Order: sequence, then structure tokens, then C-alpha cells
Amino acid sequence: MTLAITAGILVAGAVYLLLKPEMLRIILGFVLLSHAANLIIMAAGNSSRREEPFGTFTDLTNAADPLPQAFVLTAIVIAFSITVLMLVLAVTGKNDDNTSVSPPTDADDAAPQATDDAAATTPGDDAATAPTTTQEPTS
Amino acid sequence: MIASTLPLFVALPLITAGLLIVFGDRPLLHRLTLFTILGASLLGGIVLILEFVDGGALAHGVGMWPVGIAIPFVADMFTALMLVVTGTLTIVCAAFAYVSQQGSNRFFAPLILALTAGVNGALLTADLFNLFVFIEVMLLPSYALFFLAPSGKAPLRRIAGARLYVTLNLLTSTIFLVGVGFVYGTAGTVNMAELAGLAKENGAVAFAVALCLFALSIKAAAVPVHGWLARAYPTTSPAITALFSGLHTKVAIYGIYRIYAVIFDGDATYLWVGVLLFCLTMVLGVFGAVGENTTRSILAFHMVSQIGYILLGVALFTELGLTAGIFYLLHHMIVKASLFLSTGAIEVRYGSGQLGSVTGMLKKEPWIAATFFIAALSLAGIPPFSGFVAKLSLIMASIDAGQVAAAVVMVLVSLVTLLSMLKIWSGVFWTKHKANPSLDDADPTTFAAIPALETPSSDSDTATVVATRPRIGLALAAPSMVLALITICLGLGGELLLGLAETAAAGLLDTSFYIQAVMGS
Repeated sequence: MTLAITAGILVAGAVYLLLKPEMLRIILGFVLLSHAANLIIMAAGNSSRREEPFGTFTDLTNAADPLPQAFVLTAIVIAFSITVLMLVLAVTGKNDDNTSVSPPTDADDAAPQATDDAAATTPGDDAATAPTTTQEPTS
Repeated sequence: MIASTLPLFVALPLITAGLLIVFGDRPLLHRLTLFTILGASLLGGIVLILEFVDGGALAHGVGMWPVGIAIPFVADMFTALMLVVTGTLTIVCAAFAYVSQQGSNRFFAPLILALTAGVNGALLTADLFNLFVFIEVMLLPSYALFFLAPSGKAPLRRIAGARLYVTLNLLTSTIFLVGVGFVYGTAGTVNMAELAGLAKENGAVAFAVALCLFALSIKAAAVPVHGWLARAYPTTSPAITALFSGLHTKVAIYGIYRIYAVIFDGDATYLWVGVLLFCLTMVLGVFGAVGENTTRSILAFHMVSQIGYILLGVALFTELGLTAGIFYLLHHMIVKASLFLSTGAIEVRYGSGQLGSVTGMLKKEPWIAATFFIAALSLAGIPPFSGFVAKLSLIMASIDAGQVAAAVVMVLVSLVTLLSMLKIWSGVFWTKHKANPSLDDADPTTFAAIPALETPSSDSDTATVVATRPRIGLALAAPSMVLALITICLGLGGELLLGLAETAAAGLLDTSFYIQAVMGS
């Protein structure tokens, strides 16, 4: 029951933050949401009637289910890496709170050269984000 | 083919991706390795097709762990067909990216390889949690590819598009993960073979799996959760748009087909929901496409409509319906990528994909025009191209299943499809180039699309495009031409692929081979 209520509160907070217009709040919302998802998976292992996996247990049927814990471990790593990437996206560019895609008809589409000076801030993001994402699948 | 080689589809690209990063920036080495590995993956897919001509399935649990603990890889005809088409598309789009300088970044080849590993893994896995992991493996390189550009050339608009794309995919993945958690909580396993048919018997499992299907349909961009696709895809580079259109949404569609066939066992109770939603997808997608005014946003919105067609196959869940759906899926991946690449070639060389700012391509680039024309007609379903076979069999399947309304919707949407293709055709190819574009607006004989294109800012741009010599070389045109050639072949020799699709559909209707293979691995 505690797990269910906690997950519910986390989701409520996450939805509130996700509906905010700023990128940073959306990221914080996702942090809450991924915690909620992890708690749900933990709850799926019947944590209510089982005990901790190490230490005092004598009976295997009472020990905690290790599979959901493995799931959560994987999910945490993935959510963490994407959160880092999103933080980089949040600070890249001039308007750091712009999550809306400007219509493709705007000037920089018609003349890509014109945006070169505006895009001069982006090489940093190429260097910073690409390694983050490529290391993830290989690890 | 030995079942224990199946994990190589994932392991080989992944290991090579890591090695290429270690070996640093050597363009020739990167290109050679990339195409060797992609070729090997494609070859493996072809071998698998030959293996499954008479049906059947192969499975392997990594490390010989017992079922439920091992990471299971399983392949049957449907998987093999998908492996071949995704492999072809990756090779073609990577070639286009290299020619268009998009691939000149040192991380391009490793990212494409990691993406391939993710796609192959998602197609081969028989475990819901591993499906989540492989979709993430597929998405993480995609995020980087989304705004990857030759140093410093990425427009800022791409960052905004990437924000939308990453945010949406993270949300969807979280929903999928929660769904997997619920499945484990209600059924006690996430192995698809062990879950087989459970959703039909147990309402709680059905709800949990439905959450996974919901997440997959967001990724597939079905109405009413389609809005992201048309906004995010046109903001990246043409090569990457083509690649994503062929891989990402289609892997999700593959997942929906597989999960509904195995876990729901084709339960007929919920099929009407699918028929209704997917008909809506067709209609809304195509009308959205008519309203757009750059080539890539028209094509991207149009994809939503086509996804409705593809998913209708699973909503019918008859042998004919599944066969037609699978055929449609494969045909669509090829044709859509061809369209994105031929218009992308124009965008790369002439600097804009906006209707009206680049005109008269029929004269200047006859080859690209011919390629686009073939692919567009194929998409609309005109014989003798593969789109005709796909649409005809799908319409016959829906009449056969008693869904006459769906068949009527399909025919009507086809007409509007032709209209949206004509919009690109008349805007980019057919219109005569004029030195003074402002005259275009006053000309009553031009198409209705023209008045919407009042973009004084691009006039100077247009005025510079006066060269009569083709600017698009053979290397840049070849990728889309190859795909257009495939659609002609599939149209004329549709019987062959229909036969293979029928075998694949039989594997979805009778999942016993699939289940036995996984349980016995």
C-alpha cells in the first residue's frame, strides 16, 4: 500500500511538472515519473509479502524477487542517461525554454546559411552529447 | 542456420560500434566497417528468409539459461522480412548521408551501428522487458543522430525538434516500462511465449499488455497520439528523416503485430477498437498532409495516414488481413524512404524543401522527378507499383472480414493521398521556373497550392537558382532510385513477397511454432 501511494504521489507531481512550459521543469517531472515507474516495478515483485533478499532469510519463497530489481537497475541507467541528454538539450541554443518547434516555413529553413552564426553555439553540444549516448548501449 | 547465431545480429553491430570509437576518426575505415556490418546483417536476414520459406521459427536463449531468465532471441518469417527491409533501408540511408555530407561527423558510423543493434534486437527479442531495452538501445543513438551535423552546421530549429522528440520518447518508454511492470505483477513473467494467450483469459493481464500496446502506438504515431511525428521529423536532416521513417515507427508496428498475435492470441473482442482508430488515423493523417507546405512535413504527416493502413491489417486479424498488413508494412517502408530521399536530395542541393521556393525540378532534375513520380504513384496505390498490390489486398481483406466501411475509407483516403502527392509534384517539379516568382501568385493556371506560398524572404534564394545543369549527381540520386526500383519489382513480382507475407501471417495466426521454439531454447 505504501508503495502504491508513493507511486501515485510521484506521478501526480510528475504530471504537474510536465505540464509546465519550461524544459528544466519537464526534466524534473521525468525524474519523478521514472521513480514512480521503478516503484511500480518493485511492487510487481510482490514486495508486500516478501522480505529482503539478503541476510536473515531462510526460505527461498519468502525472499524478494530478484527479477524486478534487475529490471529497475536497467531502467534507472537508461532514465539517467536520457536525463543527462535532456539537460544538455535544455541549455543548448539561445532560447532555453523553447520546447515548441517553430513552423518549418521560417527563414532558417529557406536559407540554412543564414543560421550559421546562430548555430555557432552548437559544436559544444555535438562533442558533449554524442559520447554520452554512444557509451550507453555498449556498457 | 544455427539458432545460436541469432544474438550476433545484435552483438556484432554493438561491438563494432564500440571499436570504431576506440579507433578514432578514420573516415575510410568507418565507412568500410559500417557497410560490411550492415551488409552482413542484411545477408543474415536473407538466409533467415530462405530458412523459413515453409514456416517455422528459430530461438536461442543467451547463455543457455532456463526459459524466463535467459535473454531470448527468436526469429520467424515476419522477423526475417523485417530484418531484410530495415537492413536495406539502413544501408541506403547511410549511403545518402555520406554523399550529402551529413555523415561526415566521426560519430556517425558508430551511432548507425548502435541503432542497427537496437533495431535488430527489438525485432528478434521474445521478452517484453528486453523489447523495452532494445527500443532504448535504438532510441539513444537516434537522439544523437537527430541533431548530428557536420561540425557547427546544425540549425537551432533542430534542437527544438530534438527536445520534442526526446521528451516524447522518454514519456512513451516510461509508459511502456510501467506496462511491463504491470504484466510482471499480474502474470509473473514477461516472456512472450509464457504469456501466450494469457491476455485472452485474464482481464488484468489484458489491461497490463494494453498499456504496452498503447505505448507502442504512440511510438507508431497512430491517431489520437500522432501529433509529435509531423512536428519532430521534418526538423532533422533529410537522410535521418528517411532513416527514422523506415525504422522507428515500423519497429513499434512490428511490436504491436507480434504482441497482439502472441499475448492476445488475436482476441476478436477488441478488434473493433482497432478498426475504428486506424480508420481515423488514415483520414486525419491524410488531411493533415494536405494542409502542410514543405515537402518533408507533407510526407511526414502522410506517414500517419499510411500507418493507419498498416495497422488495419492487425485489426482485421484474418489470414488475408495480416498478409496484406505485412505486405503493406514492407512496401511502405521502402516507398516512404524513397520519397524522403528524392525530395531530400533536392533539399540538400537547392537548400530548401519549401513548396514554391524551389521550382521547375522536372526540367532541371529529370531523374529525381521520375523517381519521385514512381514512388508517389506507388504510395497512392496506382498499378503496376507495389502500392497497388498492397492496397488492393488490404481492401479485399477488409471486405472479406466484413469491414466494408473500412474499405470505403481506404479508397477515399487513396484519392486524397494522390492529391497531397500532387501538391508536392506541382509545387516542386511541375511549376515552371520564373525569374520573378511574384508573378506566380497572379497566374490563374497554376495549381491551388501556389497562393499559399507567399514567402518573400525566399525570393532572393529562388532567383539564384537558374542553373540548367542538374546539380544532383548520380551518387545522391542513386539511393532513392534503388528504392524506387524495388517498388517496381515488388509491384510486378508481388506474388513472391505476398507468398512470403502469407507465411509470416500464418506464423502470427498459429503461434505454436514461435512458442515451441522459445520454450525449447
